[in-house]
Amino acid sequence: MRYRLGVDVGGTFTDLLLFDNETGEFWREKTPSTPEDSSEGILNGVGSITQKAGVDPAQIEFFLHGTTVATNAVLEGKGARVGLIVTEGYRDIMQIARSFVPGGLAAWIVWPKPEPLAALEDTVTIAGRMDADGNEIRPLDEEQVRNQLRSLKDAGVEAITVSLINSYVNGEHEKRVGEIAREVMQDIPVSLSHGVLPEMQEYERTLSTVANASVRPVVGKYVSNLRDKLHSSGVTGKLSLLRSDGGLMSSQAAEEHPVNILMSGPAGGVTGALWVAKNVGFKNILTLDVGGTSTDVALIENLEPRRVRTTDVGHLSVRASSLDVKTVGAGGGSIAYVPELTGALRVGPESAGAAPGPVAYGKGGEQPTVTDANVVLGYLPEDLLGGTFKLDREGAKKSIQTIADALDIPLMEAARGIIDIVNENMFGALRMISVQQGYDPRHFALMGFGGAGPLHVNAVAKLMGSWPAISPVSPGVLCALGDATTRMRTETARSFSRLATDTKVEDLAELLDEMAAQTRAELTEDGIPESQITSEFEVDVRYAGQAFEVPLTIDSDRLRSAGIEGILARFDEEHRRLFTFNMDTPHEIVNLRAVALGEAPQLPAAELAKGDGNANTAKIGNHAVWMDGREQDAGVYHRAELKQGDTIPGPAIITEMDSTTLVESGCVAIIDAVGNILITPA
Amino acid sequence: MPAEIIQENSSEFDHVDIDPVTLDIIENALRNARIEMDATLVRTAMSPGIREQGDAFPLIADPAGKMIVGQFGSFIDGFLQQFEGTIEDGDMIFLSDPYSCGGAISHSNDWLVLLPVFKDGRLLAWTAMFGHQSDIGGKVVGSMPIDAKSIFEEGVRIPPVKIWKKGEYNEDLMKLVMHQTRKPDWCQADLNALIASCRVAARRVIELAERFGDDVYVSATQELLARNHRAMKALIAQAVVDEPVSFEDYICDDGLGYGPYKIKCTMWRKGDKVILDFDGTDPQSAASINFFLNENMFKMFFGIYMIMVFDPQILFNDGFYDLIEVRIPEGSLLKPQFPAALSGRTHALGRIFDILGGLLGQKTPEFLNAAGFSSSPHLFYSGWDNRAGKEGEWFQLFQIGFGGIPGRPLGDGPDGHSLWPGFTNVPNEFLERYFPLRIERYETEPDSGGAGLHRGGNGIHMTYRFLADGQIAIHDDRWFVPPWGVNGGEPGERARKVIERADGTTEIVGNKVDDVDVREGDQLHFITWGGGGWGDPLERDPEIIGREIREGLVTTKGARAYGVVASEEGGIDEAATQSLRDEMRGQRKDEEVFNFGPGIEQLRASCEEETGLKAPIQPEWHEHQVREAAE
Repeated sequence: MRYRLGVDVGGTFTDLLLFDNETGEFWREKTPSTPEDSSEGILNGVGSITQKAGVDPAQIEFFLHGTTVATNAVLEGKGARVGLIVTEGYRDIMQIARSFVPGGLAAWIVWPKPEPLAALEDTVTIAGRMDADGNEIRPLDEEQVRNQLRSLKDAGVEAITVSLINSYVNGEHEKRVGEIAREVMQDIPVSLSHGVLPEMQEYERTLSTVANASVRPVVGKYVSNLRDKLHSSGVTGKLSLLRSDGGLMSSQAAEEHPVNILMSGPAGGVTGALWVAKNVGFKNILTLDVGGTSTDVALIENLEPRRVRTTDVGHLSVRASSLDVKTVGAGGGSIAYVPELTGALRVGPESAGAAPGPVAYGKGGEQPTVTDANVVLGYLPEDLLGGTFKLDREGAKKSIQTIADALDIPLMEAARGIIDIVNENMFGALRMISVQQGYDPRHFALMGFGGAGPLHVNAVAKLMGSWPAISPVSPGVLCALGDATTRMRTETARSFSRLATDTKVEDLAELLDEMAAQTRAELTEDGIPESQITSEFEVDVRYAGQAFEVPLTIDSDRLRSAGIEGILARFDEEHRRLFTFNMDTPHEIVNLRAVALGEAPQLPAAELAKGDGNANTAKIGNHAVWMDGREQDAGVYHRAELKQGDTIPGPAIITEMDSTTLVESGCVAIIDAVGNILITPA
Repeated sequence: MPAEIIQENSSEFDHVDIDPVTLDIIENALRNARIEMDATLVRTAMSPGIREQGDAFPLIADPAGKMIVGQFGSFIDGFLQQFEGTIEDGDMIFLSDPYSCGGAISHSNDWLVLLPVFKDGRLLAWTAMFGHQSDIGGKVVGSMPIDAKSIFEEGVRIPPVKIWKKGEYNEDLMKLVMHQTRKPDWCQADLNALIASCRVAARRVIELAERFGDDVYVSATQELLARNHRAMKALIAQAVVDEPVSFEDYICDDGLGYGPYKIKCTMWRKGDKVILDFDGTDPQSAASINFFLNENMFKMFFGIYMIMVFDPQILFNDGFYDLIEVRIPEGSLLKPQFPAALSGRTHALGRIFDILGGLLGQKTPEFLNAAGFSSSPHLFYSGWDNRAGKEGEWFQLFQIGFGGIPGRPLGDGPDGHSLWPGFTNVPNEFLERYFPLRIERYETEPDSGGAGLHRGGNGIHMTYRFLADGQIAIHDDRWFVPPWGVNGGEPGERARKVIERADGTTEIVGNKVDDVDVREGDQLHFITWGGGGWGDPLERDPEIIGREIREGLVTTKGARAYGVVASEEGGIDEAATQSLRDEMRGQRKDEEVFNFGPGIEQLRASCEEETGLKAPIQPEWHEHQVREAAE
């Protein structure tokens, strides 16, 4: 039992990465995804990767999996039909939402309002009321509750959510409604809002609970199907899923609380980048995950990825922790166009996607895309995926020419313009998570991965001043690598909402201890020995009256020694860093969180054979590229042949099975001890 | 005398040719900087009006003060014309007096911060942001007295002053200002937030100039303006005819018993130019509903509406200003004379957008939306908390409500959503935690959206139960003149306010009232207007109405406006529906594009019966000056 298998299912490909715990050696595999039933693609991949490695599937101890099954259920409206029970007077809670219409002035004219996740027709109200301090103002009417539940049952709902006003302070009414629900409809899953998210703000709490209820049956079916199939093909190891916050959770826990895996997909790349960062010896990393339709970016500081308290899926913002991943509609398939009235050059967010795809793929795409521009400029040589298909450069040229004509500039300038603009869009997203949060990007390295990340990472690093630009080992399957190398995690949060001056250290410490016990118990239930669990805490602090809280990590000892004042001093420091000023206003302690973590696996990367610094043995030939306003000769290298310490001057192109790394002129690439490509200005 | 700009380096920026890629990169970067301004503000502001609801507006302008990114268009040029003093590196301007900036901000509650951005001794840009302060002192809590006769009753009024002068903070000035408000903590935090936002944007502009070069940056801003000018010119030629088109709508009353007040606008094209003439608008009010409308701001509103209605692809800036001429009569409701009171300008500000929609869509009904941009209703609740354990501490709430979005060519108007950009409602659990309130109801008002093929959005019925004695004030409109429907759609329902006392008695209260006493246990039903309907309601699929009955959005009675006969469970009686629809079609007169309801005289006659409130009295103007404006 010495292997960990990471599996990441994407729209087009299923990526697998098999990791040998003992040697750090790994194997990777890419198989076509099977959207009808993704377990098929997974099993195909498991079969071929174990064969490739000569490993018995029974030797796989951990099967670690990032999945977009929950995400897609929400985005495609394929979740379960949820019956929602709310407090009298609040039936339209999901219909009104926060009254927010996105966009600028007059944007309401063109805004298509999305349908609520729980249909208004399936939303009922009940009497019974708690006040803001948790006192019962009016009791439940149990007969009415029963009647409402029966009406939902007759309507044919597949899941029940109970979300009552002020239940974050007192959940007794919700509990009782839950009990009655189980009597009335035994086989239908029930979610209670104070259990899923014991926090203030009724809309967000309700939405999160409904989202959880809605994806639960889908995720449950998916997990049990996958588990059965894995078993019958001999994989008996433990199945865990990647959470949106970059930790792992047992598949059983994921079935209960699927709201925690809504952003499992993008989290894989960040945790993969984290593993690479540890091996390279960089503590601060900005990640650039470039796919076909979009780019995800995230920030890792001191080997900790930044987390946020919300998970954004489509137009929904659900209250569950996730890695702070920002997405922009800029990827290889982004379409370039010139609107008639303004004559401006625009790239994305419209994408040619996987079908019809870029013109160069020859699958019927006709509109010019970023990939086409890369092909025209020579950055993407004609042979992709180890030569399984050839790119149509002439077709790409023809499509980019339409842009050049519309702008009245030469072909190559138009192509480079498209690349510059898409790089700028990625730069904009990176600024949002760095500069805007008070981080100086010059103190970070930039890691590019996903299909097209290594193609853009050098140019974007130039814009950011973030060096080196890193093209990690196997950039195309970094998500699967992340799935394989991260650790178990769970957390709980509570509203506290008290002024710091009214708070005693002992009260705070006691509450945190209680929350720690709760989260540790969750992990021990999943079979993790108590001795391997560590606890961490966060408190959210703000100036009373602000809407924005600053999360501060603390531990029990530090809390007891430095007291509340210690926390407040750190808050003031952080506030000044973020916003350049402090205030005399009293501090409010808003939320508390406890996190329990399983042991971090010690997974070293395998060292690459040392070379003599000369990369010539890996050189395949030369290719003409257009860069800095002129045609230049770039060396083309075979990544698998490169050795530790090899140095490659730009411009250069480094190819491998599923990715291409571009080294710009004026820069130089060095291969590090474990095979990462580090690019710096020459 | 205009402002004197002191630059150590007075050399002009060189004009350089900008390639389209650089241009788009700079535009994109400026747009990101603007988003960053909003983010900074929301995180550090403290008053619920700004932090929860987002009542604030940013902009970045070129050295001449023309807006490159933002929403409300630039007023900087107007400010520079009036400001008597110097503008130097290290200065930051602070102001709130509408009369000192040509109405760039339109009531004293809006505090504006204006930062000239210097680089290497030259003025490179301006960044600015204004936000609504919850209280600036004056005779009523919230500083928006309905019965104010002059601006002197509306709290502290700040002429353009330097909050920072050549890098030095004017602490005494700020002490003086903060001393005037009931909520210095909120005001100070919100002001800090505005300042931090402007500084963030200034930093981004300087970084851009460093990256591309000063000349490239400034030339790019000029090209962005020119590009917008070209696009708007083409759009105007397509969409605006040279024959004059007029549209008029009303503010229901002034809160003192008089109304309605007419706003009229006529539009025509003359060559490349559009003329927008408010001739025919009523004279200014003796109360505070006047709206000092800045011409440039109205140009921007017009441009944004054109763009949203006809071609949402275009990004807007000030570049098209000289294609538009705005004429507003002196002494009218939209250009009142000093020292007219201005605090209650929200109603006319909202109504301007209904008028724009009506003007632009008149000749192209397929692009026309119904009415609903009617005001942003306010509730104020304040007092000393007399609940046990609260030690009589002061509380004050200012909350903005929402109504129904109108029926649109795109589809139904959303129920209970905001027509203002970026605004959100306040979580009711937040209200209950931080104020002596229980929110007993927060639902949409059935049938309030106008019937149509595309239904108007329903208004909101919010019920506040007061847990402490105090006073409330209400600012709302569209209670007398309904939001109109279009292309066969019906008008939406009007706004209502009802107090249900703890002893069980009820009283209807006006929609513009101050200083209403409430006691512990009393309830206020705050019901907002619905959006007008779009298109023929008899064409709407009866099954949708059946579902909306089950959803509680429409009642069986309301369904009849669609010619639909249905049961309480939403079951459709097809035969009865068919015959009702036939009958209704048979009784129809010629279809007009707009359905304004029964007309002002009829509304007046049935006012008390329908609304429970006395009909407003037709205002008369006797002073010579203002009477002229009326003619």
